[in-house]
Amino acid sequence: MSPGEDVKDRLRKIKERAKDAVSKTPDVGPDVDLSKLRFEPGPEEGATGDLAERASSVGIDMSGKGRAGTYVQIDYSAMVDRMTSGNVEVMSISRAIDTYDWLTDYYWRAMDVDVDKFAALAELRGSGGYFIRARRGAKVELPVQACLYLRTPNLAQNVHNIVVVEEGAELHVITGCASPVTIEGLHVGVSELYVKRDASLTFTMIHGWSNEMDVRPRTGVVLEENASFKSVYVNLNPVKSLQSAPVVYLNGPNSKASLISIIAASDRSYFDVGNTAYLRGRGSRAEITSKVVAKDEARVISRGSIVGEGEGVKGHLDCRGIILNPAATILAIPQLEAKAKDLELSHEAAVGKIAEEEIYYLLARGFDEEEAVSTVIRGFMDVDVKDFPPALAAQVEKTLDIIAKSL
Amino acid sequence: MSKTYYIGFEPKPKLSGALLDIVNLHANVEGKDVLKGIYLSIEPGEAHVLLGPNGSGKTTLVNAIMGSPKVRVVEGRIYFKGEDITGLPTHERVRMGIGVAFQHPPGIRGVKLRVLLEKLSSRLGKGADLEKAALLVGMKELLDREVNVGFSGGELKRSEVLQLLVQSPDLALFDEPDSGVDVENLAVIANAINELCGMNAKPSARIRSALLITHLSYILKYVKADRAHVLIDGRIACSGKPAEIMDEVMEHGFGRCAECLRERM
Repeated sequence: MSPGEDVKDRLRKIKERAKDAVSKTPDVGPDVDLSKLRFEPGPEEGATGDLAERASSVGIDMSGKGRAGTYVQIDYSAMVDRMTSGNVEVMSISRAIDTYDWLTDYYWRAMDVDVDKFAALAELRGSGGYFIRARRGAKVELPVQACLYLRTPNLAQNVHNIVVVEEGAELHVITGCASPVTIEGLHVGVSELYVKRDASLTFTMIHGWSNEMDVRPRTGVVLEENASFKSVYVNLNPVKSLQSAPVVYLNGPNSKASLISIIAASDRSYFDVGNTAYLRGRGSRAEITSKVVAKDEARVISRGSIVGEGEGVKGHLDCRGIILNPAATILAIPQLEAKAKDLELSHEAAVGKIAEEEIYYLLARGFDEEEAVSTVIRGFMDVDVKDFPPALAAQVEKTLDIIAKSL
Repeated sequence: MSKTYYIGFEPKPKLSGALLDIVNLHANVEGKDVLKGIYLSIEPGEAHVLLGPNGSGKTTLVNAIMGSPKVRVVEGRIYFKGEDITGLPTHERVRMGIGVAFQHPPGIRGVKLRVLLEKLSSRLGKGADLEKAALLVGMKELLDREVNVGFSGGELKRSEVLQLLVQSPDLALFDEPDSGVDVENLAVIANAINELCGMNAKPSARIRSALLITHLSYILKYVKADRAHVLIDGRIACSGKPAEIMDEVMEHGFGRCAECLRERM
């Protein structure tokens, strides 16, 4: 079945809007010179041993064991897309567009294609991405995993991902993005997540890039009535620059979102990160937690924003950071905006040095300096993942253990 | 065992056979002189009590013995087991056999009390029974909680004493284990201290020494110390039998100790 005329028309209009935005530099984050990047992946041989190891560090089990589905993309090619449960679909985005006319209902609906040049790039020079769908009412117990791997030096990888959790369904997704440790390149990841009425999605995203890479994720999440969305984002390795401002629209009454991000910033990394939640549906709730550990010459701008637009909504923002040496900097920008009555928005922000008192306490219990410091950092990063399924919770914990030991 | 010493603190030879020997210790905290020439010797198996008003330097003395980075030793020496530990990092002092129960311990997020106790037991403790120790101080229900996070005043003190029970140090320092606790908690804590230090045995039969710091002295009704000292303004004003010193302090407060110190100066 070929797409209908109205679908083609919409896709054409999207392309046109994208073309108008090709030189639209975002307001935040350093610009990236696209002319220095290549848009052709290199030869495919080699580097696969490194892939398994790097993928594992960001939570991806290449054997696919204990997973309801797996998507693995290297550079521009989908290497694996399979599912083990009839309740869930996993495929490349291009195949999904060809297969489902209705995909246009979810294509560039959670964000605008012309928001900046990176979003436009994902449309005009798109190079894959995944589509994951949990069918109506399905409780998918095992997580689906998706891995995006950038292998060719100086490559621009521009993916577009769509996740749809249909009415009353339950889905858990583990995503991991990685590259070899030393290469330069650009990763643009557009992710549109839709959680329909009475559905729930838990979503972990772990990044393990190289310290020469620019990373520009673009994420939009749309929640319907009673929908629940919980996400944990963890950045593991230094990057050249990473700018990301996921936006969650809590459109449905009583929808709920819990957004946690943990940034380990070392080396000369530049991060400009932070979630935004729009509380629109009556009684919707959002909780945003951000924890940043900065060392070396890393610079982190940690944002967070809650906009209350519906009646009886409630939002809380918790923004914490520690710097381990004076050359690192953290700028915390928590923001609350109230546009309706009967709402409750609050925030806490604290940035400072590592708790010396806690380190001394552990030294007095026989810990050596290094062990005491990593224990205190690990404790600082600790987040509540008890509502997550065991596989996701374990992955987050493991990742934080690795970070605490490496900082 | 090779040890790391902080720069400027080359070890000096020992002076006596005491377990802990503090000689003419001067130290400051944030630029303020707090300890002004402390002499204190604790023999193996002895339990000493240190009394003194708030601000006299009791906690600073504990922190100086532990090697806290907040305390800067400017003169004098601390010997432990005959070795000069004045410039030794905290964790090495602990591994030599010193342990401390803090007055205001911080919460340690992400570390369960059980995990901390297991580390203490396997690294430092001499096979202390963790479960039995927890039972003794009524902490079994708290073992799977994060260390000191959300603990009540009494629980904090019991947790500190529990950690010492498991660590089994040769010298246990207790910094005001009785402050802010009710009578019931006080009895439990005192019982644990007696158990740890073998207080019911004669000093010659005891294997551990203790330095118990208090400004209330209620705990001395339960713990029988061998010797008491009064610390006034960074100096030991007098030393003697605990019962006599307690009577003096109970009757006259620390005022006469301060006078006594001035007369000696």
